[in-house]
Amino acid sequence: MSAKIESKPGAVKHRATVERKSDREVVVTRTVNGPARLVFEAFTKAELFKRWWVPKSMGMTLLSCELDARVGGKYRLVFDFDPEPAAFFGTYLEVKPYTRLAWTNEEGGEGGPVTTVTFEETDGQTLVVLTESHPSKESLDAAGTGAVEAMVETFDQLDELLVTLGESSGR
Amino acid sequence: MVQYTTARLDTSFAALSDPTRRGVLAQLGRADASITDLADKFHMTLTGMKKHVGVLEQAGLVTTKKIGRVRTCQLGPRRLEEETAWLERYRRRWDERFDELDNVVEELTRKEKSDERKNRK
Repeated sequence: MSAKIESKPGAVKHRATVERKSDREVVVTRTVNGPARLVFEAFTKAELFKRWWVPKSMGMTLLSCELDARVGGKYRLVFDFDPEPAAFFGTYLEVKPYTRLAWTNEEGGEGGPVTTVTFEETDGQTLVVLTESHPSKESLDAAGTGAVEAMVETFDQLDELLVTLGESSGR
Repeated sequence: MVQYTTARLDTSFAALSDPTRRGVLAQLGRADASITDLADKFHMTLTGMKKHVGVLEQAGLVTTKKIGRVRTCQLGPRRLEEETAWLERYRRRWDERFDELDNVVEELTRKEKSDERKNRK
C-alpha cells in the first residue's frame, strides 16, 4: 500500500520509514521530490540545513548552525536550552557530492553514534537513506527522546481516548 | 504544529467515523486478529475489510503484520510494546524534519527553474 502512495509524486505526502536494523543501528528512509544535487545542498549548506533540521514542532530554537561539509570538517549546532544553550557537534567523515555523507556525533563524548546518509536519484526524486550507528543498544534507546516527546504524549492521550470511545460504542 | 495537529486529528476522526471500524478497534482491543477473522466477524468481504483496516492503519490506530500468507492486525503503535512505540516516536521526528526538507528542496527547484527562464531571455 505504501508502495503505491510512494509512486505518485506530489499526490500524497511521502512518509519516512524507520527500521531498527539491529540493537545498535536504526535506518530512516524517505523519498524527497527533487534532484539529489538539491537535497544534498539542503544537507550541507548551513543556511538551508537550519530551515528544516529543527522543525518548529520540536519546540527548540536553533541559536547558531555552522557546517563545514568537507572530510575532516566540523559542524556545530547550538540550541536555546534551559538552563543553558546545548551544543551538538561532530566531524564529517565522508563527503561525496550528491551521493553520500557521514558524520560523527560527539556531544556525548568520544565514541558517539555515526550518521551516514546516501542520496539516490531516480526520475527527479531522491531516495534518502539515513543510518545512525550507535556504539551500544543503550545509546540507541536514548536517542529520539527530547522536546518532541511532550507533544507525542499529548497525542497518546488523545489516541487512548479515541480507542476508549471506539470500544464503548462497539459494544 | 497547528497543521500537524489538525491533519492527525482529521485522520483519527475520519477513521473512527465508521461503526465497523470502531467495532474492529474494540475487537482488536480483546485480541489480535487476521483480516479474514475480522471479515468473518463483521460479515464482510475480504476486500471490504482490507479497506477498513487500511484506513485505521493510516490513522495509526491499527498496525498489520504479514506472517506467511496471513495478515494479522493489532491495535496501533501506542498500544504495542515499548520498542514499536520508540520507533514511532523516532519516525515522527523524522517525518517532521523531512516535511520541512520538502519545502526547502521545492523552493530551490522553483528558484532554479525561474533562473533558467531568466537566462534564456
